[in-house]
Amino acid sequence: MEQNNMDSRNEQWRIDLRNSKTPKERTAIPRVEMPQLDPKYRITCNEEVNQGITAEQAVVEASRCLDCANPQCVTGCPVNINIPKFIKNIERGEFGQAAATLKETSSLPAVCGRVCPQEKQCESRCIHTKMNHPAVAIGYLERFAADWQRDNLPQEVPAMAPANGIKVAVIGSGPSGLSFAGDMAKKGFSVTVFEALHEIGGVLKYGIPEFRLPNHIVDYEIEGLRKMGVEFVKDCLVGKTISYEDLHEMGFKGVFVGSGAGFPRFMNIPGENLNGIMSSNEYLTRINLMEAGRGGDTPVLRGKTIAVIGGGNTAMDSTRTALRMGTERVILIYRRSEEEMPARREEVGHAKEEGVEFKTLHNPIEYIGDDKGRVVAMRVQRMELGEPDASGRRSPVPVEGAIEEIPVDLVIVAVGVSPNQLVPRSIPGLDISKRNTIVVNEETMQSSVDDLYAGGDIVRGGATVILAMGDGRRAALNMANALLGKFS
Amino acid sequence: MNKIVSKEQFSANVTKLVVEAPLIAKSRRAGHFVIVRCGEKGERIPLTIADSDPKAGTITLVIQSVGDSTRKICALEPGECLHDVVGPLGQATHIQKYGTVLCAGGGVGTAPLLPIIRAMKEAGNRVISVLAGRTKDLIILEDEVRASSDEVIIMTDDGSYGNQGVVTVGMEEVLKREKVDYCVTIGPAIMMKFCALLTKKYEVPTEASLNAIMVDGTGMCGACRVTVGGKTRFVCVEGPEFNAHEIDFDELMMRLKGAQ
Repeated sequence: MEQNNMDSRNEQWRIDLRNSKTPKERTAIPRVEMPQLDPKYRITCNEEVNQGITAEQAVVEASRCLDCANPQCVTGCPVNINIPKFIKNIERGEFGQAAATLKETSSLPAVCGRVCPQEKQCESRCIHTKMNHPAVAIGYLERFAADWQRDNLPQEVPAMAPANGIKVAVIGSGPSGLSFAGDMAKKGFSVTVFEALHEIGGVLKYGIPEFRLPNHIVDYEIEGLRKMGVEFVKDCLVGKTISYEDLHEMGFKGVFVGSGAGFPRFMNIPGENLNGIMSSNEYLTRINLMEAGRGGDTPVLRGKTIAVIGGGNTAMDSTRTALRMGTERVILIYRRSEEEMPARREEVGHAKEEGVEFKTLHNPIEYIGDDKGRVVAMRVQRMELGEPDASGRRSPVPVEGAIEEIPVDLVIVAVGVSPNQLVPRSIPGLDISKRNTIVVNEETMQSSVDDLYAGGDIVRGGATVILAMGDGRRAALNMANALLGKFS
Repeated sequence: MNKIVSKEQFSANVTKLVVEAPLIAKSRRAGHFVIVRCGEKGERIPLTIADSDPKAGTITLVIQSVGDSTRKICALEPGECLHDVVGPLGQATHIQKYGTVLCAGGGVGTAPLLPIIRAMKEAGNRVISVLAGRTKDLIILEDEVRASSDEVIIMTDDGSYGNQGVVTVGMEEVLKREKVDYCVTIGPAIMMKFCALLTKKYEVPTEASLNAIMVDGTGMCGACRVTVGGKTRFVCVEGPEFNAHEIDFDELMMRLKGAQ
């Protein structure tokens, strides 16, 4: 990779481009702002909030990049995208080559350009930040290049190794599974993806709302995989519909498990099973996947006042979805302060612009229902920040006696998810951790069962799209080597 | 897409569909359920599996139409298709030789009870089945149940067939008369609640199969949560059967009502 980067960096076009502006000129350019839909308008619909930057904006933003000799941004990317190379291709107007550079290492750049926490990854290491300037908008540029390619070029099948006739199975069609499938297909394997739901895409479809990641973006990537020969089987739950042993009988020589962290956590406080209290998984699945309230047959409960519990991206997605369902008042309740929220700054900002009330340093302790068992109020405990806990964040401590009651008619619990145990538990001899994750060799992603590899949230317990994709890539590389050594 | 092979109307609101689902027909066991969707925008509806034919590659579903989605499913004719069928879901019934097993089915609950009756009989148990319904038309699958039971008691609320009275009247007749080692009950939540109270009195271990609200059916949504022995459990992946003496039926009934 490094070699590759250096090669491109020393090409004449790039040297010329680098010399065309002084670093001082480059750092003087202000960071581009993402054009966004007006908050008042966007909560009336499901349209994507971030509209994407224009080609002109992209070229200017790309020229902010200093094309460092030792680019730290690349080390901040979980899949080590050759960031300067793609950005410099944008600067010189070769948008197609920029997109091709992304595709060398990332199978879903249009997705990652939208949902990656760049501010914690690539952009956090940008040289500009060392000079107290805002980082180059790497995420916006990534999205621009991927979108430009999709809108302007025919969907091409990447260079593929000749078919080797070896069949591999993928369990789950979320980010890790799709990334694994793409890489294995490129390496000449015959790939079948098994999905339990009736839609392909996993969390990209059921979890992340369309105002953040439109379905057609995901469908385009899936279509690309189909063109590469990847087969998809929906409504098939490995471990139930067919067993792991069945996969062997069907001729699969390797299996990748990317079944995700689908098990919602609750807080186990009194009244939590009242009607009108549901997991964010349920709320978002009903609306995103089942199209409740948008033409689907599936119902979803509504309310005038909705409380969302949690401080992560899923909590933000739930609050903003609730606004779009016509909710008058949406309150986010989080036990720490805003600074400790794991959600992306951008999502927090968007939620606030749209009118979500933030009630930080408060924790629900009890729900109160009416005589029909529907939640009508919640009791929240005020918290203050104490000593740092295991996560390094200051831990919330209850303020004695500071309890208040808030009237609510719907509560969405978004306090995290656990790995779905359905698939792992069905595989004999598989080493599973106490947290119900599949134990793998972190370098190869191989599990305790020889032909079984795993990645994404079923291994990590709850992480990001890009980390899941990185796992899929690593598993593909290692499984391919193992299988090619054995069968060819 | 799963084709409807045949259809039979048990009563005005209860329909039997035989559906092509070869993989499920092969892998399902007593106690399992499926999730089906009717149409591209269809709701995901959990339905228990009443029977299967692995050779023909079909499963049998008995559906009571109670809402828009179940009405749509019941309106399908042979040759038409369900958009999706996924399964088998849930934990299979634990089958073993207990001795005498009392199986109590209420209304459409007899459908999922049938495979359990058969499996219990095959495991060498003496099986006594009590089938109950409001009226004669609502007693379903009687011949099939008789074929695998040592004794069948029919109860109707209005006395139009069998004995007059609710299911527990028939059950208590047996419990008073002889030693029962195990009981399985499937039916409306209120019926199972009273079955559980009765068998608790006679100290007979009892399993109830719950029909909860679900979206995905694989543990993702948590809509099906129910309190069993003071703990929240998910019907879809940990059930659908639980120790009936530990189930909070009042909460279950409240949750079923609240979702409508």
